[in-house]
Amino acid sequence: MNREARVGATFTTGFRTAGFAEWNRFAAVNDEFVPIHMDDDEGRAAGYPGAIGMGRLQWSYAHNLLREWLAGEGRIVSVALRFTGPQLKSVDFAPFGRVAALRGEEVDLDVWIEDAEGRCSRRAGRR
Amino acid sequence: MTSYVSERMRAAVGEVVDWRVSFPISASDIRRWALAVYYPAEPPREFWDADLADRERGGLVAPDEFNPFAWMVADRRKPVIPPERRDPDRLEKAIGLPGPGLRHQINGGTEAVYGVAMRPGDVITSVTRLEEYRERTGRLGRMLITVTEVTWTNQRGETVRTGRDTSIRY
Repeated sequence: MNREARVGATFTTGFRTAGFAEWNRFAAVNDEFVPIHMDDDEGRAAGYPGAIGMGRLQWSYAHNLLREWLAGEGRIVSVALRFTGPQLKSVDFAPFGRVAALRGEEVDLDVWIEDAEGRCSRRAGRR
Repeated sequence: MTSYVSERMRAAVGEVVDWRVSFPISASDIRRWALAVYYPAEPPREFWDADLADRERGGLVAPDEFNPFAWMVADRRKPVIPPERRDPDRLEKAIGLPGPGLRHQINGGTEAVYGVAMRPGDVITSVTRLEEYRERTGRLGRMLITVTEVTWTNQRGETVRTGRDTSIRY
């Protein structure tokens, strides 16, 4: 991963997929056995192509990205993430970050989660 | 068009709508969380190797976004109107109001400012205050957006996390 603290530098943990294997594990620790995350019919009834991933799991993936970028040097001060679209089963996605500003010992980062076609499902900032 | 937000709901803005007290966080809680959020990769050793965590971080530390309130809590505000399981009107029923009766609820976003880390043995108290109702029309039709302000403190009164959660009901 590119850990360069230069405005404009981008970094990612790379593309991956998630589905019921990941969602069930997360449901088990976050009490999220919610039909919309577990059942394609429930996802369709709610207006999506099928079951959708948990927003809180995407929140964790964004934190994983930040932790990997920090590599133990510093800490996460704040994160804001807006959920702009669903994460669907077995669709490739990747968390990305970009250095937005350097402010003394703090770094502002733009963080987002993007699918293979460049659509964003989550946008975030971290300081 | 009738608003989803009743006068009584609007008057409740600013009220504490929930508080919870966690059970003491265990090393196993931290390990399982890390396993889940890093799966299928192995989670970083700092979340499960106590010796390494002792050397490098003064002991095990939970991932920043760890939720100590999942499944059960040691104590919580008793809702005035008992909600159904996964009830989208849970927030309003907690303070004795009828909710808008919408069928679906999804997470619209989260903001967090982190204070001291969560460690094994910590007992976390969460206080949730209703900050705002907004209505808007989107791809899913007319939606009710609810923003709550959340503060977490540990057993020493130190701030663990403050922030906002946005839910979307439709």
